[in-house]
Amino acid sequence: MNSKYEVIIGLEVHVQLKTRTKLFCACPAEFGGQPNTNICPICSGLPGVLPTMNQHAVDLAIKAGLALNCQISEKSSFARKHYFYPDLPKGYQITQYKEPLAINGFVEIDGLKISIRRIHLEEDSGKSIHSPTESLIDFNRCGVPLIEIVTEPEIRSPDQAVKYLQTLRQIMRYLDVSDCEMEKAHFRCEPNISLRPIGQKQFGVRTELKNLNSLNSVHQALEFEINRQSKILDTGGVIVQETLFWDEQNRVAGTMRGKEESEDYRYFPEPDLPVLVLNRENIDNIKNTLPLLPWQRKKILKEKYNLSENIVNIILETKEFADYFVETIKLCDDAKLVANWLVTEVKAVLNDKSISINEFNIIPKELANLLNLLRAQKITGTVAKEIFTDMVLTNKTATEIVNEKGLFLSNDDSLLIKSIDEVLTENADIVAKYKSGKTSVISFLIGAVLQKTHGKLTPQKIKDKILEKL
Amino acid sequence: MINPDLCDLTISVLHNKIKNREIKFSDIIFSVIKRVKSEDQKINGYISIFEEDAINQAVDLDKTIKNFEQLKPLSGIPIAVKDNICVKDKLTTCGSKILANFISPYDATAVAKLKVAGAIIIGKTNLDEFAMGSSTETSYFGPTSNPIDNRYVPGGSSGGSAAVVKYSGAIGALGSDTGGSVRHPAAFCGVAGLKPTYGRVSRYGLVAFASSLDCVGALGKTAEDTAIIFNAIAGYDEMDATTINTPVKNISVDSNAIKKYTIGIPKEVFAEGLDGRIAKVIEDTINNLRKRCRNVKEVSLPNTKYAVATYYLICMAEASSNLARYDGVKYGLRVSSSELKDLYAQTRDEGFNTEVKRRILIGTYGLSKGYYDEYYGTAQKVRNLIKQDFDQAFKDCDVIITPTTPVLPFKLGEQISDPLAMYLGDIFTTPANLAGITAISVPAPLTIDNFPVGIQITGPALGEEQILNTAKAIEEINE
Repeated sequence: MNSKYEVIIGLEVHVQLKTRTKLFCACPAEFGGQPNTNICPICSGLPGVLPTMNQHAVDLAIKAGLALNCQISEKSSFARKHYFYPDLPKGYQITQYKEPLAINGFVEIDGLKISIRRIHLEEDSGKSIHSPTESLIDFNRCGVPLIEIVTEPEIRSPDQAVKYLQTLRQIMRYLDVSDCEMEKAHFRCEPNISLRPIGQKQFGVRTELKNLNSLNSVHQALEFEINRQSKILDTGGVIVQETLFWDEQNRVAGTMRGKEESEDYRYFPEPDLPVLVLNRENIDNIKNTLPLLPWQRKKILKEKYNLSENIVNIILETKEFADYFVETIKLCDDAKLVANWLVTEVKAVLNDKSISINEFNIIPKELANLLNLLRAQKITGTVAKEIFTDMVLTNKTATEIVNEKGLFLSNDDSLLIKSIDEVLTENADIVAKYKSGKTSVISFLIGAVLQKTHGKLTPQKIKDKILEKL
Repeated sequence: MINPDLCDLTISVLHNKIKNREIKFSDIIFSVIKRVKSEDQKINGYISIFEEDAINQAVDLDKTIKNFEQLKPLSGIPIAVKDNICVKDKLTTCGSKILANFISPYDATAVAKLKVAGAIIIGKTNLDEFAMGSSTETSYFGPTSNPIDNRYVPGGSSGGSAAVVKYSGAIGALGSDTGGSVRHPAAFCGVAGLKPTYGRVSRYGLVAFASSLDCVGALGKTAEDTAIIFNAIAGYDEMDATTINTPVKNISVDSNAIKKYTIGIPKEVFAEGLDGRIAKVIEDTINNLRKRCRNVKEVSLPNTKYAVATYYLICMAEASSNLARYDGVKYGLRVSSSELKDLYAQTRDEGFNTEVKRRILIGTYGLSKGYYDEYYGTAQKVRNLIKQDFDQAFKDCDVIITPTTPVLPFKLGEQISDPLAMYLGDIFTTPANLAGITAISVPAPLTIDNFPVGIQITGPALGEEQILNTAKAIEEINE
């Protein structure tokens, strides 16, 4: 990247709120469904209909605002934003303009504060589906509640942008405000970007990027745009203020519309909705029931359990995973052991099956049970992993599997002695090597005994006995 | 044997006749339908008429009614509905080509409440396209004539509702009043027209023209009839976030109550532009009322001189927004084109008439970047001043009396090419809409060349009872 310029990025993120119904009517807000089945006269903009406010959506927006350290406006208002588009049935979108629900917040990423300028509530539009011969419209998404979260232009690199988005998404998921699935358009990002020579105070001309459907696209598109703008500036050219459309396949951004075509949305106060007045008590109630946020939990995990940054980050990735950890350590008092198992064994299964922790078949209690057997030295680590694999496959509990297969550690020396005798006889050449001073071969012998005893004995015990024999 | 003149009676008289089993429900319907058949070809008050449905409902009522003591207030009463108010499974055209084929899948709240109160919806009445006009001449379905003299306009925009009530093609009607559209035609046709307080009747299902001003109102032969309809349709509605959430008191109109009222007369009323003959009739009427009321007092509404300008800036801005949805995509008229922009432009060009297009264009301009503060913003400020004028005035009086219109009915075609003259006809009616308060127009005791003179009684917010009582006192002057 060209180092002559400072990169200035601002992000607008649309987050779909997890409500049962739409923002202004009683239609289900769920994703999918046959086209135009989750619609009514209100969300499809029939003559004579009026919007009414979904209080749950307001509460979720407040929740998001509080978690992003915003000031919640006790009075906020709605406005109409006008433009003609077939998937916008009223010819305007109901949004918030002059008086947003929340202002002046921040998100902390790697010790850096990114300022949030505003958060406002608005309704989603429908979806146009184009084919070469016709265009179809699905109004199911019309009126689904969104919040738009707008940062100040304080982001300085594509990496930072992605980090901000990851953090924001994590917070929204922790709050249960949104599922934030980008492929379901729950979480949409529209960055604006400009460059300025290092040291210059005045901002350069900015462009906006649209159609970014993954964090990868965000990163690639920003990189693309930084290169494009740098090259123009290098050759003394002028950046044109425009909206660019990211072409995922070809990884290029093309002009969607220029400034001269930029629309005048003719905002004016929505006369159908009274000013949204929030009482302090309601805001405080929501504040008091906010769940612990990732950064708060991180502090606890690091300080109380002395876990490494890396492990903590993996545990906190989703609230559900973090909750699973907390549930497990309630029953198995060895946080390090539990953490290690979660980030290695459990994570491996989840990745392998492409499932979330919610869909994982071993509940915290059963995992704790298994790990407690290990801690009590009733089974070996190897056996524990075998049992774990069985639990995943069969849905049986650790105790059931151990009992069925007789896998508890044996205190029966006769079995040990018999096995060692057999191994030593079968591997006379190795024994000879050992005796000639090559002591490292002992591990082979231990392994052979372990195999014969099916993990019922700990390696240490076997080693002691072999040394005795030799 | 059908009594041919049942349709000429009021709601309360018909109600009592039913209650006393003097007549059947079907007698009323047959009488009304007979009148419609003889008159409406000349008047063109109706866009659609539900003859079969209405008869079936009345016949059913005759068969099923058991308890005559517990009749609902509007049981079997044929009520007409302005065609910008949705009636389930019926055409709701707004008098426009763009909605000429639109069938509403739902009932407006006011209509649903009428049905609950027992009313029979008899048909949908003509109006100026999208309620934009004061003469009912701009409808895609042709002009409506004034039943008093067919060469004259019935006023507007609820001209169809006023006309059918006048010729007894319905016993009562719903209209909509954004800047006087219930009171203006009531004045021109010589019937009573009530514009309730903004938010007292749900707007859900009233096709929006200017949302912050629109009101569903009632038309009837008498103030009492409008009160009966108002009682049925008023109240909080969870479907309309702008409705007022306080209990509704059932109003029973009592003219004797005016002995406690101070009547305010704004000194600004008798100004330039008011027909001297109308001024005289109003003065006579007020003099008559002096005997019955507590006091008559001059009040001042200094900012109402800006009401028409303020009103038109606001209503056009809101109209430009509210009418954006008629784009040829989802319902209504579509003029097909391979280009999306052309589809919009051609559909809207063909679908809307000149007046509607004029208002959309002016309204769009008034909301544009750089003009918003100057136009819409300023208008909102003046609107507040007008509201304050009324707040001040109602400290000194209970009701305010003015003419409803500055001029008498004019001939069809006479003013259609002079929109400004037409707009100025709203000088006395728009202030109540801007202030969100209630007003009624009833015919003065005297006529001028056979034409009625509308007297407007304005009250404070939720002052429907006061203005209805006063209106009844005016109706009683000749008796």
